[in-house]
Amino acid sequence: MSEKPRKFKGGVHPNDSKALSKSSPIQDAPLLETYKVIMHQNIGAPPELVVKKGDAVKKGDLLAKAGGFVSVPLHAPTSGTVKAIDKCPGPTGMAVPSIEITADGEDEWGATFEPITDWKNCDPAVLKQRVWDAGIVGMGGAGFPAHVKLSPPEGKVIDTLILNGAECEPYLTADHRIMLEQAEDVVLGAAIIARILGLETAVIGVEENKPDAISQLTEIAGKYNVTVQALPVNYPQGAEKQLIYAITGREVPIGKLPMDVNCVVQNVASAVAIAEAVVKGRPSIDRITTVTGKPVVNPGNWRFRLGTPIEKALELVGGVNTQPAKLLLGGPMMGIAQSSLGVTIMKNTSGILLVAADEVSLYTSEPCIRCGRCVEVCPMSILPATISQAVENKRFDWAEELNVMACIECGSCSYVCPSHRPLNQHFKRGKIEIQAQLRKKK
Amino acid sequence: MNIALIAIIAVGGLGAILGVIIGIIAKAFAVEVDERIEGVEDRLPGANCGGCGYAGCSDFAKGVVAEKAVPGECPVCSADDVRSIAEYLGIVAEEKEKMVAVVRCSGDCANTVRSLYNGVRDCRSAVLVAGGAKGCDYGCLGFGSCADACPFGAIEIRDGLAVVHADLCVGCENCVAACPKDLIIMTPAAVDVHVYCNSPEKGAAKRQVCKTACIACRKCVKASGEEDYMLVDGFLIRTNYENPPPPDLVEASACPTSALRLGTKHAAGAYEGASK
Repeated sequence: MSEKPRKFKGGVHPNDSKALSKSSPIQDAPLLETYKVIMHQNIGAPPELVVKKGDAVKKGDLLAKAGGFVSVPLHAPTSGTVKAIDKCPGPTGMAVPSIEITADGEDEWGATFEPITDWKNCDPAVLKQRVWDAGIVGMGGAGFPAHVKLSPPEGKVIDTLILNGAECEPYLTADHRIMLEQAEDVVLGAAIIARILGLETAVIGVEENKPDAISQLTEIAGKYNVTVQALPVNYPQGAEKQLIYAITGREVPIGKLPMDVNCVVQNVASAVAIAEAVVKGRPSIDRITTVTGKPVVNPGNWRFRLGTPIEKALELVGGVNTQPAKLLLGGPMMGIAQSSLGVTIMKNTSGILLVAADEVSLYTSEPCIRCGRCVEVCPMSILPATISQAVENKRFDWAEELNVMACIECGSCSYVCPSHRPLNQHFKRGKIEIQAQLRKKK
Repeated sequence: MNIALIAIIAVGGLGAILGVIIGIIAKAFAVEVDERIEGVEDRLPGANCGGCGYAGCSDFAKGVVAEKAVPGECPVCSADDVRSIAEYLGIVAEEKEKMVAVVRCSGDCANTVRSLYNGVRDCRSAVLVAGGAKGCDYGCLGFGSCADACPFGAIEIRDGLAVVHADLCVGCENCVAACPKDLIIMTPAAVDVHVYCNSPEKGAAKRQVCKTACIACRKCVKASGEEDYMLVDGFLIRTNYENPPPPDLVEASACPTSALRLGTKHAAGAYEGASK
């Protein structure tokens, strides 16, 4: 796309700290003895268990089948036996159902899917079914089932496919490495998704701070009629709505989806997973995760199988050199702080970030001084200061009037707030209370 | 004529005429108010807590006079208050049992595993971030959403744990809905023996995160003998409020984790460093 990308309103420029891990090539994590695969890894309905305690499974065998349309199946990360259907700590701190698998060390593939090498002439419905069967979700962090995005309801025309390679979240470099090392698969994935949607072209959006990835992708993109668009560096450039605006100039209205402005956005890691599912018949059983932070001895990008406990993951990469003060799943802006090392890698775990004690402070929330900096940086043009006060006073109706539902939880407002107000947490609370009220009304 | 006299006559006359008109209109359009409503309202506590389900004491008084509600529905009224209202209205007062709230958790900072939490000091907000700051998924978060909801100051946050002072609690139930962990139940005030734990996890898992969790060892069940004072609910024991245990059961059962407690002693803070 030759057109100059547009700059969305607001945004912040945090120190990206990507230098820690961006030059470290992707490595395969060694096989572990046990994996605890969290059952519910996608947005939408949880999958239904199909194995029981004591069952022998091969790598890639079905553990749980999709529990509805907005749901994806789950596959075994290695061969072995199902030791227990138990609980393990989830990323939100509450214990969640998980499947414990004892590896037999063989790591033998079970009956995988038939590779579709001639995907160019394959029926798009078959390709879409494959994406669903392989259990692919949005790997950028949301975990939304990929096949749902590829199924626009009747009457919705899709004319633009955007691959999200912005990776604007500081510290994370997993997508960057994927675009460098698996550029072929990224472009191939883009072409396959385009075929499913009945499109001829696709655009890959990459932030300008990854020039090597841009040139690498541009070199081969032409092969499948895919273009690469360099984007200005501005957090949250990788947020769906901001990405669509930067590339097409279309604004997604509040409460609407990208498909309402004729766009589909997929993460580059999801595109690779889709390419592998189609041409290699490989289900989604692992992912590339960045393990980084000042206390990490060898920050890098690793291919972890689903169900790898964070504790083991940190051991595998060489451990830590100082006692970390904070552990986050994801990046520093949107990641969730963890209180347990027993949480396991999920399909949407893009990063494990450790923060040293001298990098974090304990702030107290001070009263809002009405400086308006949050309003300036908000990429969704809502009023964070006022909404936070509405939520603090439990005026959820007021918060709804002020469009708290439009908040994308990017954390830019919390980042700039001189009063250290936990604005993002207020919005999360507000959104959940409003959704609960809506459900009650129904 | 003197100007001052004209003014006095004009204004005085106007005042008299308007006064008569107002008097006639007030008589003609008078709204009949049942004087008993005011009488009942005077006898109500005036806390406006909403515990009865009406919009404040005045609204409740209207309900009582209209015979849509009975005086006993006011959770704040003592038995004497209810009797005096009933006598005033000439109706028979129903005997009501006083209920008080119990927070079914004993995991204060000293007894539970906690992580550092530096976010919004509100239980519901804390639940959204890593489930709060406690090792136990079911325990009291200790940020005082229930204490904020209590109009009578009956809930104290002591060392990261909500403690109900039964003598101040009137049973309005405002705190019950405020707790995101559903820890608060209403119990008869006459019962003093409660299990201060609500985790359905297995005993070993509970002990890992909390020193004062109920591990379902059933000592209290055995100590009850033939009586079903205590009910077994999976890996948790609950007080049978239908057949409440006598206070000396706590001593007799010698609960190893001190999850079984006397409410009065718990409120007084007499269970320090509880685990044996």
